[in-house]
Amino acid sequence: MEGNFITTKFNSILGWARKFSLFHYPFVTACCGMEYMSAACAHFDLDRFGAGWTRFSPRQSDMLLVVGTVTQKLAPVLKTVYDQMTEPKWVIAFGTCAVSGGIYDNYAVVQGIDCVIPVDVYIPGCPPRPETVLDALIKLQEKVQNQEQEWRWKRRKY
Amino acid sequence: MLLNMGPSHPAMHGTIRIMLELDGERILNSEVEVGYLHRGFEKTCEQRTFFNLLPYTDRLNYVSPLINNLAYVMTLEKMLGLEIPERAQYIRVIMSELSRISDHLTCLAAMAMECGAFTVFLYKMKAREFIWDVIEYTTGARMTTSYIRIGGVRADFHPDYQESLTKAIAETRKVLQDVHGLLDKNKIFLNRTRDVALMPAEEALSWGWTGPCLRSTGVYYDVRKAHPYLVYDRLAFEVPLGERGDNFDRYMVRMKEMEQSLRIIEQAMKKIPETSHRVMSEGIEPVQAIKASRRKKPKERIELSPNLEGSEKEVYKDIMNPDRRFVVPPKEDTYTSIEGLINHFKFFMKGHGIRPPQGEVYFSVEGGNGELGFYIVSDGTDNPYRLHLRAPCFHVVSALERLIKGRYVADVIPTFGSMNMIGGELDR
Amino acid sequence: MEEKKILEELAQRFPKSIKETSSLFGDETLVIERDFLLELARFLKNKPYEYTMLLDLTCVDYLGQEPRFEMVYHLFSLPANRRLRIKVRLKENDLAIDSLTSLWKNANWLEREVFDLFGVHFRGHPDLKRIFMYDGFEGFPLRKDYPLRKRQPRIPLRK
Repeated sequence: MEGNFITTKFNSILGWARKFSLFHYPFVTACCGMEYMSAACAHFDLDRFGAGWTRFSPRQSDMLLVVGTVTQKLAPVLKTVYDQMTEPKWVIAFGTCAVSGGIYDNYAVVQGIDCVIPVDVYIPGCPPRPETVLDALIKLQEKVQNQEQEWRWKRRKY
Repeated sequence: MLLNMGPSHPAMHGTIRIMLELDGERILNSEVEVGYLHRGFEKTCEQRTFFNLLPYTDRLNYVSPLINNLAYVMTLEKMLGLEIPERAQYIRVIMSELSRISDHLTCLAAMAMECGAFTVFLYKMKAREFIWDVIEYTTGARMTTSYIRIGGVRADFHPDYQESLTKAIAETRKVLQDVHGLLDKNKIFLNRTRDVALMPAEEALSWGWTGPCLRSTGVYYDVRKAHPYLVYDRLAFEVPLGERGDNFDRYMVRMKEMEQSLRIIEQAMKKIPETSHRVMSEGIEPVQAIKASRRKKPKERIELSPNLEGSEKEVYKDIMNPDRRFVVPPKEDTYTSIEGLINHFKFFMKGHGIRPPQGEVYFSVEGGNGELGFYIVSDGTDNPYRLHLRAPCFHVVSALERLIKGRYVADVIPTFGSMNMIGGELDR
Repeated sequence: MEEKKILEELAQRFPKSIKETSSLFGDETLVIERDFLLELARFLKNKPYEYTMLLDLTCVDYLGQEPRFEMVYHLFSLPANRRLRIKVRLKENDLAIDSLTSLWKNANWLEREVFDLFGVHFRGHPDLKRIFMYDGFEGFPLRKDYPLRKRQPRIPLRK
């Protein structure tokens, strides 16, 4: 990252604030939804990472959690939901069906949601254990901390 | 005014689209669109062998995966004419009742959360974790297990399973008691669910309803009592019925069924026949066993890898049918004798393996939502020619348009929640 | 057994329209002519047989045989606690059959599913349209000549 001491420090403070207050939108379709519910509830808590409060609207969230199989019928809906989110936004592909189509290689299933939207973290597993989900969340938090943050008065380089 | 409750919505059941035509808040007409999770299960299964498609059946009704496994495997066993050892039958009953409890817990937790009772959701998820711990202890996976195999079950219980199972039952009973206290006489919950979305009994039969939704209208039909399978005719349990067929009755029938399932598990734990004592002693590893058995069988017992624990040769006869045409031989035989190796190889080779006689068969079990049936057409080869699933929630959800007509928008949520729509089963 | 008596009674009553009866693996099966389906279903729904529920309705594609398709209906009688399977064969160039929506309400969605996946047309169905696949999908996926992996994406995919 280029910039002087103040901008890099501000960058890291903004990254710290953003990573511990991720509002996620669970785009739940299939079996992985059950493991998502387990990961969000009392035994394996998502709330202690700051990502517990589920925002049920894409316009109010900054992380899209695509859980389960995405079919060809559902792909335009996923794209619309992704476009409705405001910057900065991150996407986690949860489960093998979202990562690469899973065990379903047929006429009806999109072979991985990175055919439709860009993805930041991939979680394999069918369904993944909740500990894997928490590990993926920590990796996403590292990514959020280390990437170049966007803030309103920053000059864009055109 | 047209309102679209789109495919991606906060109701934690699955992707379904409900388009409503409103006049203020009253619903005049509605249209339900399904198919957003159509994963091509039936066509994919035509390309796989009978044994290979077990994991696909797990992912149908994913909140009670062991019951789907059971339905498919019992259909095939009806076609092949296999007898299951008694201990395996008791294990199957315990596992499917645990799955049923987990199904009802998830359904009611989601329904309560959408009505606003978030605490109930957290309590029930806690109980579900205890049950999933027991399932994981036995089968190796929390959810999609592929545990119930053709001929029996994959592995036996751990020698001291009764402790963890008793603890899970006690925790679930405590949670159910708490939830009864929170919701049964709660004025808000009663206002939202009492006398909402009534369904009379004759119409429910015409819509093809089965399971808890049909029993809430007062019709006594449970596949476990009508066509008893496994050892259900030796276990004493009641079938709770509702009166009016409204949302509250559907909730209450499910709560009472969970209590009956706990009763069944306790009885099965007492009646289960003993197995031969498993020897957990030192042995030799499979690789060494293969090397040592080139000339003759090794004298020492071979030690299997930890994830094959439970399927040792001593217990194998109690958990699997000994018919070698349809059942994989125990791993000790595979690694040390040539007959076992050939048997194992021919089982998995393409073109050989399980080849049922030509014909078709239909068999159904009591799933979490109702009568879960499989219709298999076989043409004598090792792939099914046609596999069709009779999904219970398909028929229940097809009546949704009729149930919400004339009601408020806010009534859609508890109605939809009490129907227990599972996307994997609805859309296959 | 009671079921065999029913098959014999029905075969005696409608000798021309019931082509064969069998009970392989313990399931009672009737194979009938196409035009006889609605009448038989109405007859079975009333007393004394009282087949109150239509459990399932599906189709099998026997590619290479003529007639190619076979419709399979499963009926269930709640008072008598027994099941019955009815099969009807359909030719490929005349793929239409009467709808059972006037007798059982769940036939509505079940027939839409068979229309969507196989292309069978149901005469008298109130609203026959696709249920699982989306508008713009061409072909009928569960037929044997539709390749498994032929995808028709709705939006342009990135990779």
